[in-house]
Amino acid sequence: MLITSAIITGLGLGAMYGLLALGFHITYVVSNTVNFSQGSSMMLGAVLGYTFAVTLGWPLPIAILAALTICALFGLVVERFLVRPFADRGSNAWLMATVAGGIVLDNVVLFTFGKEPRNFPSPLATDAISIFGVGAYPLQLIIPVVGIAAAIVLSLVLKKTKYGKAMSAVVQKPEAAQLMGINTRFVIAAAFAISTVLAGVAGLLIAPLFNVSSGMGLVFGIKAFATAILGGITSAWGVVLAGMLYGLVEALTTAYLGSSYTQIIAFSMIIIVLFAMPNGLLGRASAQKV
Amino acid sequence: MNIQMKSRISRRSLLAGAAVATVTAFSCLSAFAAETVKIGLIASLSGPSAKSGEAITRGLTIAIDEINAAGGLLGKQVELIRRDDEANPGKGLVAARELIQREKVAVLFGGLQTPVSLAIVPFMNQIKKPFMGPWAAGTPITKNGAKENYIFRVSAFDAMVDVALVDWAMKVHGAKKPGMMLINNPWGESNQKGLESAMKAKGLASAGIEKIEGSDVDVVPQLTRLKSNGADTIFMVANVGPSAQVMKSLERMGWDVPVVSHWGPAGGRFSELGGPRAKDVEMIQTFTFSGNDSPGAAEMMAKLKKRFPEIKSEADVTPAVGIANAYDGMHLSALAIKNAGSTDGPAVRNGFYAIKKHVGLIKTYVNPFSAEQHDGLGPEDLVFTRFIDGKIIPIK
Repeated sequence: MLITSAIITGLGLGAMYGLLALGFHITYVVSNTVNFSQGSSMMLGAVLGYTFAVTLGWPLPIAILAALTICALFGLVVERFLVRPFADRGSNAWLMATVAGGIVLDNVVLFTFGKEPRNFPSPLATDAISIFGVGAYPLQLIIPVVGIAAAIVLSLVLKKTKYGKAMSAVVQKPEAAQLMGINTRFVIAAAFAISTVLAGVAGLLIAPLFNVSSGMGLVFGIKAFATAILGGITSAWGVVLAGMLYGLVEALTTAYLGSSYTQIIAFSMIIIVLFAMPNGLLGRASAQKV
Repeated sequence: MNIQMKSRISRRSLLAGAAVATVTAFSCLSAFAAETVKIGLIASLSGPSAKSGEAITRGLTIAIDEINAAGGLLGKQVELIRRDDEANPGKGLVAARELIQREKVAVLFGGLQTPVSLAIVPFMNQIKKPFMGPWAAGTPITKNGAKENYIFRVSAFDAMVDVALVDWAMKVHGAKKPGMMLINNPWGESNQKGLESAMKAKGLASAGIEKIEGSDVDVVPQLTRLKSNGADTIFMVANVGPSAQVMKSLERMGWDVPVVSHWGPAGGRFSELGGPRAKDVEMIQTFTFSGNDSPGAAEMMAKLKKRFPEIKSEADVTPAVGIANAYDGMHLSALAIKNAGSTDGPAVRNGFYAIKKHVGLIKTYVNPFSAEQHDGLGPEDLVFTRFIDGKIIPIK
């Protein structure tokens, strides 16, 4: 019972870290940059979903679509104003700019949405179902499915479609890609939009299990980046796998050793794995010309 | 030459006139400043804990209105001066220096956060000015080990709450092996010590101590550990968000275990956030408006509605402890100043000790303070409540 309950909890949480980490992956493989406001993008998805579906009473599919559209727009804004101006000049200041963008968004939401956390009701997180004698909400089982599905779709898109190949070309030889008629600016902007949509999906999925507040994304964003590095940020499968692994280690440590040891064990595991496999679980070393 | 002389005299006169005018203006300002007795408040007036600062302000305002209507203190009107600590101990200490040294407040009130109060306490004892705690429950705030202690409190404090939680669990639920779910911060640690000590005193076994983080989505693993260790009651110490996650996780597990809690869940939206099990939490308070038949409570509610038109019902003053503690704390401070006959710090401290009897909102205080006793409330003043539909209702 202890192990079943820990596995259900761990896979649900882990898949959510994986979804956020996929957002780090997609922008990294296309532009060698990441959006450190992923946690805030996740919060934005949840807050907008709550506002449209609960406060304004819109039908859920429309509320979700509207929330994710705004998340995509946020991704475009991040790329255009917080990443491109710095990356174009060869500066790494986008690191701080995206962190600052997330803090600004958190505070704007704090003032507009309010200070108190809210409950996001969902029929998928109301009645628990029994799995091997352990209660679980259907939503907890859906999150890993969505995480794995997102990894499959991203891998297929990158490897099999013309658009995906264009994306890969952009990161390998941006100038050559441009000469071949690929709109590199568009491809990079689209990658940022996809990354914030993935974060928005994670926010919408976790909101009914947790609560909705302006500060909800901070810790998730940090853990997701840790799992992105653990999995190997160049591999979609790697980051999702690492997310699941991290979630499981957290839940199993809490269940068997107690919550005082959870962060010690989980982050020690990351250090040990990276020591043995510096490119992460499934990542590849990038060749650098000197 | 004559003209020059005239001009020189005239300039001198001008300078002298300006000096006289400046001195007069400052004298007038000082006279105006001396016309009020100032009471300071350092609390969270912005950010996620802003509601606590608002509650304390409301309680103090009603009490000060009553004191002023009855002629003020020492023949002067009473004035409240507030500063925002932003829940930051450093900012709280800077504000305390400013209010004491520049504004010359007679008594300084604190806010909700124990770390902020703990940062201010040594300064107040050093400068010998009274501090009144209307909310922060950290035991060392009043029991601070200072030779000359200027810190008073009208609120629950952790060591007392923990004894009450253990007594309640044993009396009402027949608890023999409780487990703890504690927030992973200094407040949780303070209560861990208090609960361990209270359980030891009663000879109770422990089913374990589990920590929760504000970001924990799911605390089933922690609860499952306590359940496997045979916990028959849960002691919960956490604020609204994590407490709600505990109740949601219990609902998911289908574990119908009694939950006896500190006052953390007493935020406005706990009923909504905690799901169907939120109403099962038995939580400690010092005062409630709901289910309170005392004429004082009804009168206070009427005054609050009149003074603050945004208050429409009891749900708008949840939790009421901040209001009630601050209201009683202000009246007791006024009595101390009256007893002292001045706003001199050591005299006001002795004024607190000299209070014989005061009919307050929470209770009738009889010799509430002494050199050994700086907490105005005791275990008998705690009320166990449930949070139902946005209202905190006492358990009969």
